[in-house]
Amino acid sequence: MEVCNCIEPQWPADELLMKYQYISDFFIAIAYFSIPLELIYFVKKSAVFPYRWVLVQFGAFIVLCGATHLINLWTFTTHSRTVALVMTTAKVLTAVVSCATALMLVHIIPDLLSVKTRELFLKNKAAELDREMGLIRTQEETGRHVRMLTHEIRSTLDRHTILKTTLVELGRTLALEECALWMPTRTGLELQLSYTLRHQHPVEYTVPIQLPVINQVFGTSRAVKISPNSPVARLRPVSGKYMLGEVVAVRVPLLHLSNFQINDWPELSTKRYALMVLMLPSDSARQWHVHELELVEVVADQVAVALSHAAILEESMRARDLLMEQNVALDLARREAETAIRARNDFLAVMNHEMRTPMHAIIALSSLLQETELTPEQRLMVETILKSSNLLATLMNDVLDLSRLEDGSLQLELGTFNLHTLFREVLNLIKPIAVVKKLPITLNLAPDLPEFVVGDEKRLMQIILNIVGNAVKFSKQGSISVTALVTKSDTRAADFFVVPTGSHFYLRVKVKDSGAGINPQDIPKIFTKFAQTQSLATRSSGGSGLGLAISKRFVNLMEGNIWIESDGLGKGCTAIFDVKLGISERSNESKQSGIPKVPAIPRHSNFTGLKVLVMDENGVSRLVTKGLLVHLGCEVTMVSSNEECLRVVSHEHKVVFMDVCMPGVENYQIALRIHEKFTKQRHQRPLLVALSGNTDKSTKEKCMSFGLDGVLLKPVSLDNMRDVLSDLLEPRVLYEGM
Amino acid sequence: MDLVQMQKSLQDYTKSLFLEGILDGQFLQLQQLQDESNPDFVSQVVTLFFQDSDRILNDLSLSLDQQVVDFKKVDPHVHQLKGSSSSIGAQRVKNACVVFRNFCEQQNVEACHRCLQQVKQEYYLVKNRLETLFKLEQQIVASGGMIPAVELGF
Repeated sequence: MEVCNCIEPQWPADELLMKYQYISDFFIAIAYFSIPLELIYFVKKSAVFPYRWVLVQFGAFIVLCGATHLINLWTFTTHSRTVALVMTTAKVLTAVVSCATALMLVHIIPDLLSVKTRELFLKNKAAELDREMGLIRTQEETGRHVRMLTHEIRSTLDRHTILKTTLVELGRTLALEECALWMPTRTGLELQLSYTLRHQHPVEYTVPIQLPVINQVFGTSRAVKISPNSPVARLRPVSGKYMLGEVVAVRVPLLHLSNFQINDWPELSTKRYALMVLMLPSDSARQWHVHELELVEVVADQVAVALSHAAILEESMRARDLLMEQNVALDLARREAETAIRARNDFLAVMNHEMRTPMHAIIALSSLLQETELTPEQRLMVETILKSSNLLATLMNDVLDLSRLEDGSLQLELGTFNLHTLFREVLNLIKPIAVVKKLPITLNLAPDLPEFVVGDEKRLMQIILNIVGNAVKFSKQGSISVTALVTKSDTRAADFFVVPTGSHFYLRVKVKDSGAGINPQDIPKIFTKFAQTQSLATRSSGGSGLGLAISKRFVNLMEGNIWIESDGLGKGCTAIFDVKLGISERSNESKQSGIPKVPAIPRHSNFTGLKVLVMDENGVSRLVTKGLLVHLGCEVTMVSSNEECLRVVSHEHKVVFMDVCMPGVENYQIALRIHEKFTKQRHQRPLLVALSGNTDKSTKEKCMSFGLDGVLLKPVSLDNMRDVLSDLLEPRVLYEGM
Repeated sequence: MDLVQMQKSLQDYTKSLFLEGILDGQFLQLQQLQDESNPDFVSQVVTLFFQDSDRILNDLSLSLDQQVVDFKKVDPHVHQLKGSSSSIGAQRVKNACVVFRNFCEQQNVEACHRCLQQVKQEYYLVKNRLETLFKLEQQIVASGGMIPAVELGF
């Protein structure tokens, strides 16, 4: 029997106390039972709870505690042993569990605490990130502002617009109270207030450039905070109660065109800056933030670039305008010149004819008059008239020639002539005058000088005559020597190389006189028109001053060069010219008179036995042609058609005469076919002569293009036939048949 | 008639032919070509001319009488006649041919007919005269004389 340890109360059970204990235990029990329920309920609700096991333990602990207290309810009164047992069991269990829980909590609580720490850490991090994001956003906004500003600034090339836009946009972006731009004056010693955003400023408001604050700003490329009281910032009407907002100033480099011409980037080698001053609104307690300052710096750079672009554009526009003006002026001048030239040409053309006609009349009639019976005075008068009119005629010709030369409309008339004879003729013409002046003239012709040359005989004579004439004219005593030679490639003038090409050579003529000589400085002027360098005394020798100018132009036309050498006044001078002449083939032949038009002396016996072929569809003309040729001694074969001709022609026939009267080219084809036939035996091809109804240019050209050697006009005369045959059978082929 | 007279009348007659323009210098050329080696040159040529021309004139008449005149055929004939007459020196015939050719190019049938008539006229004229000339020459030769070379004073 267990001794109930329940002590019988000494005093009568305090019913009240008992009741209160009873109630408290009851409530405790309830509480103890409801807490785990709550825990379970909420944990089930929550998604994550890592400590379920702990929860169970805890729940068990609490439940058992509650159970204990619950069972306690029965122990207030006498209770049976079962109750006591249950009580004991409960208590024991409770003890176990609570101890286990206590032990477990030792592990758990630090963990729980660390969770808290992590949470705190994350919160801090989040706050930090938030801040940073705020920063980035502001920066991005700044960037956007800059881009927009730049776009606005760069969208125009007008200087004023650029600057104005800068200030406006900056003012807007940064919510500024005032924005000002100070530009350096022309002298560079002062800064002048050029643009402001809001306030009107007095014109010509300047500050000296050497202020310390300005130097400070110009010294760095960063935006610098300056005092609101500095002269550059004192733009607003000062009213004392305002707390002036912060002011920032930045320099704007004014780049010049020349800065961009250096290879390395213009590292602000310019010394000219403008000053941009930005003021925050007063009484706003706003401060300049770093990103705002950066914005300002970037804008300042952009403005600098935009300004320089504007400057460049201005300059190029100016240059273009200038060029256009000049263009217009030049155009006008050209048109005027052309009109003048046309007028002159017209004048010359008219004058030429108008002047020559009376001139001819005068000369002709004077000459006729000379032939008649005249008294000596009359004769003298007539001679003077003749001389004067000849001179006048020469002058007219010279002027006309010169103007035609200058136009480039003069062309050389090439022909074959005898060079030696030309020189002799010139000398013969000059000799009378030279003899009168007692100036011996000598002529030296180089031995290798070709005799027959191709060139413009008349003009060459004019040149030589002019030069030799000048030599005689301007020499009072001494002698004149004329030398002609073939020049080699090393000539005097450096810009003119003589290359004797195949059938051409360069003739050099030197005329040396011992006359007054020429001052070396005057030599270039000699060849200009109308200018004469001789003193007044010698002016009486006459001449218009055109001679040398004309000669020079003729020489140039002949692809040559002319110059004068002189050792000085009183030492005489040498005139030298080179001209290009062609070598005539006839120079290799017998030295007969060089004109090729003179027919060779016809001899009947030349053609005896000459086999010829005559092709003509017309029987009568065929017979006539045959008669002609037979009379000249030829052996004639006649054919009446192209085919027959081709069949019959052979290397025995020396000449083939073919009638080409019919229009079209069929008859000419025969020539080609004969050519073909004889290609292998080229040298034995018979000569081909066409008998045609006309010998105009087109016929001749046709004949040439088909390879014919000559053309005869029908009806053929005996002499023509003879001429053609003799010319054809000479080594040189002639293309004449009239 | 004695020889000298005959020769004189031959000369005069020949001169008249030239003066009237029936013959021109080409005929002289032909006469120059006649020599001992070629005694009948002129008459040969002239005879051939007569034969050719008769034929051509016939062909021309036929061609022009067609309903539709083929000028492509007419032209070569005229060209031939012109060539022959000019080779011989029949000046007026040649000139008439030139006119004929022009109208041929214009394809003017009426005018061509007229030209043909003209050409025929000239041709018969020159034929007549030349035949007379040759008769005179034959007479002289038959009398044993020489045909004098024609001297033209103009």
